[in-house]
Amino acid sequence: MSGLQETEYILKCTSACAGCSTSLILRHVLAAAGPDTVLVIPACCTSVIQGVYPKTSFRIPVYNVAFAASAAVASGMSAAFEAMGKKTNVIAYAGDGGTVDIGIQALSGALERETNFLYICYDNEAYGNTGMQRSGSTPLGARTTTTPEGKGHKKKDLDRIVAAHSIPYMATACSAYPKDLAGKVEKALATKGPAFIHVLAPCPPGWRYPAEKTIEMGKLAVKTGVWALYERMYETVVISGPTKAAMIKPTPIEEYIKPQGRFKGITPETITTIRLDSERMLRRLAAEEEGSC
Amino acid sequence: MLTISTGNNAVAAAVRRVKPAVVAAYPITPQTEIVEQIANYVADGSLDTRYIPVESEHSAMAACIGASITGSRTFTATSSHGLLYMNEMVNWAAGARLPIVMANVNRALGPGWNVWAEHTDSLQARDTGWLQIYVSTVQEAYDAVVMAFRIAEDRRVYLPVMVNLDGFTLSHITQQLYVSDIDGFIPPMELDHRISPDDPHGYGCMTGPQDYFRIRYDIERSMRESYAVIQETEKAFADRFSRSYGFTDEYRCEDADVLVITLGTLGKEAEVAVDMLRDEGIAAGSMRIRWFRPFPPLDTRDRELVVIDRDYSFGCGGILADAIRAQTKRDCFSVIAGIGGQEVTYRDIAGFVRDRRIGEEYWFGVDA
Ligand SMILES: Cc1ncc(C[n+]2csc(CCOP(=O)(O)OP(=O)(O)O)c2C)c(N)n1
Ligand code: SF4
Ligand SMILES: [Mg+2]
Repeated sequence: MSGLQETEYILKCTSACAGCSTSLILRHVLAAAGPDTVLVIPACCTSVIQGVYPKTSFRIPVYNVAFAASAAVASGMSAAFEAMGKKTNVIAYAGDGGTVDIGIQALSGALERETNFLYICYDNEAYGNTGMQRSGSTPLGARTTTTPEGKGHKKKDLDRIVAAHSIPYMATACSAYPKDLAGKVEKALATKGPAFIHVLAPCPPGWRYPAEKTIEMGKLAVKTGVWALYERMYETVVISGPTKAAMIKPTPIEEYIKPQGRFKGITPETITTIRLDSERMLRRLAAEEEGSC
Repeated sequence: MLTISTGNNAVAAAVRRVKPAVVAAYPITPQTEIVEQIANYVADGSLDTRYIPVESEHSAMAACIGASITGSRTFTATSSHGLLYMNEMVNWAAGARLPIVMANVNRALGPGWNVWAEHTDSLQARDTGWLQIYVSTVQEAYDAVVMAFRIAEDRRVYLPVMVNLDGFTLSHITQQLYVSDIDGFIPPMELDHRISPDDPHGYGCMTGPQDYFRIRYDIERSMRESYAVIQETEKAFADRFSRSYGFTDEYRCEDADVLVITLGTLGKEAEVAVDMLRDEGIAAGSMRIRWFRPFPPLDTRDRELVVIDRDYSFGCGGILADAIRAQTKRDCFSVIAGIGGQEVTYRDIAGFVRDRRIGEEYWFGVDA
């Protein structure tokens, strides 16, 4: 596995919160992508991390654009670079709100048109930039500033929406598994056509846990089976090692939920619903992997 | 070469000559033939461009922005609801100083659904930082698209240009059209701030009030510089193709006592009205505003002004009349006519002039 932070493309002292996994993910993504890369970002935490004009915290060019527009801007850029005969990586790096809510149409269009790009959704499960409001990706029972009693709706299944576009490469990842993530980024960038990676991004202020527990929180998400790591090449599913292990011997889901302040006051029934949904997702993936091999 | 063409096909034919690297567009009546014709050119190999058939107008302009910032020539076309739907990105394109060219086929806004000509769609975008031109013939549509790229891509401007043509009354009518080899007329596009991994920069970063203020003022500075670029371009065009244009298109204005001021195809109708009024002994002239942004200096002297608006700003008045009053510091007879495709003939226009009441507003066809 090459690239793991051989070169830093994010400069030190950004305005990210302590323990922010969004910037951690970016470090690994950019190290794997290398210098011939352009990042397209919509309004999100990353657009704050980018810094204030005339400075930038990135060593590669970053095109910061309107909230709904990143996949479409990347489409245009990718087409223009192709027309010039350039091999520059075009990576859209967007939050969950900019992906599952306001940006879903542009993403769907870009995937359907087989745009040659990599779209990464880093999922901190809320609108971080604007102060932690709910998104379609906020899980059931989680408190945000617009769901003060806990969210009454389930997390939108972005991956099945993307899978419905039948693209050459898609994967899920988590900031707590950087080698797994970097390997997936390399595969995605080697793909001709659209590639997509959905990365779980634990967020201390949003999820309300101490900053030093960011890696632990990511590991718990995977070990409890709430978050599954896998790859999908068209219809072929390959479940990644850490999730394989979790399928054999899962950690009780309470260990993931209890340390997070956003789940304060969650009912046992809601926890059961989350557990049953996670188990169903893992069973479906296992069946898909079997069926597709 | 002399051909015949519709307004829409003239736009597409101009795009074929100009050869943008990327076209991203979404269909809407009455612009549809433009995107269809460009798709045909790409399919038959007569236009080597990346055609991105996006899923919405927001994405059309977003894709143009992504392409343009690489330093690539970029075109799109839309109309009415499409223009409104992409409005966020329309503003972005100008703020990002991207020389995108867009044809907008002017059409009314719902509700109720109405596909006919009206200018409220593009006039709502007058404050976005786009240059705006309104054309009145098939030939002018073609010529304006060709010139728009040269003007937009001039580094003194680096702003997008919107070429507006009236829905149906221009987009779908057939007139003669001269098409010729334009090679060399538009220099290769060079975008000084293009995005490139060889020279990494942050684009669209958060920007504080001091810098933001300066960046916005720079847009206005370029707008002001664009007067000269437009004049130079129209001069160069006239020298090479023998068709000359200006900020306004004036007909029998020299010795006129009363001017009819219009945008778009109504200007051609007004010329017929002027001839009719002259026969009656009324010294009328027609002044069609071509460039709405930057708004031109006007020589109206002490003549009476009849301004026809095919648009309206509720709670204020006709948008053209408002601009004329601001520019000339003089009042006018403000006629609101042609909204939603309402038929306005030269006879109607002659009537507006005969019955003019300076200082008043008149809604044609509405019983007051
Ligand atoms: C059209 C539009 N609506 C709303 C906003 C305000 N806004 C900026 S970022 C954001 C939330 C971003 O959430 P997400 O995509 O999850 O990224 P995160 O901030 O969590 O990294 C919102 C609502 C905007 N910039 N543009
Ligand atoms: S709110 Fe969360 S995702 Fe955003 S910068 Fe802070 S830690 Fe990172
Ligand atoms: Mg988020």
